[in-house]
Amino acid sequence: MLSEYAFWFLSFVAVFSAAGMIFSKNPVYSVLSLIITFFAVAGHYFLLGAQFLAAVHIIVYAGAIMVLFLYVIMMLNLNKLEEEKRSLWSKSLSVAAGGILMLVLLAAVQRTDELNAIAAGEYDAAMGLTQNLGNVLYREFLLPFELASVLFLGAMVGAVYLSKKELA
Amino acid sequence: MELYHNITINHYLVLAAVLFGMGALGILFRRNAIIMFMCIELMLNAVNISLVAFSKMWNHTDAQVFVFFIMVVAAAEVAVGLAILMMLYRNMHTTDTSVLNKLKF
Repeated sequence: MLSEYAFWFLSFVAVFSAAGMIFSKNPVYSVLSLIITFFAVAGHYFLLGAQFLAAVHIIVYAGAIMVLFLYVIMMLNLNKLEEEKRSLWSKSLSVAAGGILMLVLLAAVQRTDELNAIAAGEYDAAMGLTQNLGNVLYREFLLPFELASVLFLGAMVGAVYLSKKELA
Repeated sequence: MELYHNITINHYLVLAAVLFGMGALGILFRRNAIIMFMCIELMLNAVNISLVAFSKMWNHTDAQVFVFFIMVVAAAEVAVGLAILMMLYRNMHTTDTSVLNKLKF
């Protein structure tokens, strides 16, 4: 019962703060709205029994990625309101295109009623815990895990190279 | 099937579809490159929600590991993307993408 209310509350928070992210004029408010969305998503992970992912989600997104965004906004001094010079025609066309994409996705979800016919299996409450995920990650997914470190190295070299002064 | 009290997998798929659509709408609607980046993050998160819901549905950890790797890719993407953004600002003195129209037909 409580988890049902929590689902609706977290969903409304996520959707409305996502809308606030898109439509606010000040980039700093956009970042703060997106952080609220990320906390709501982390709450959904908790509800779904993925405790480790919820913690990692808050640490990585709210703790690292959004701080990086705020840092760039601070360094570029973008916290002033700037009007985007675009015609009403192109703005309404973009809203229509995004809305149609959302409608197509929702129509596709409507076709998935047979998913509801699947019987609930034996639910393992410890599935999303760190021990269980660690066993899977370091046994079955060891190669992708190691490749991720190469990806990070490449990203790091790329970021350092791109932000060198002489390049500009 | 019911994931927990009265909440089915379809509830989560609808939530993921709405968040994904809002991310796509934001990319089309805004011209500020930073906001567009944040919309990409929102779309990745929408996909993550549906993956975790499916993981609960099938009682399988593989989807959660997949979400973990999506987070890894998102972190790498943001690091490079924001560096590109800094370059853009240094050369053009704006983060408005509508000034980048050299390839426009």
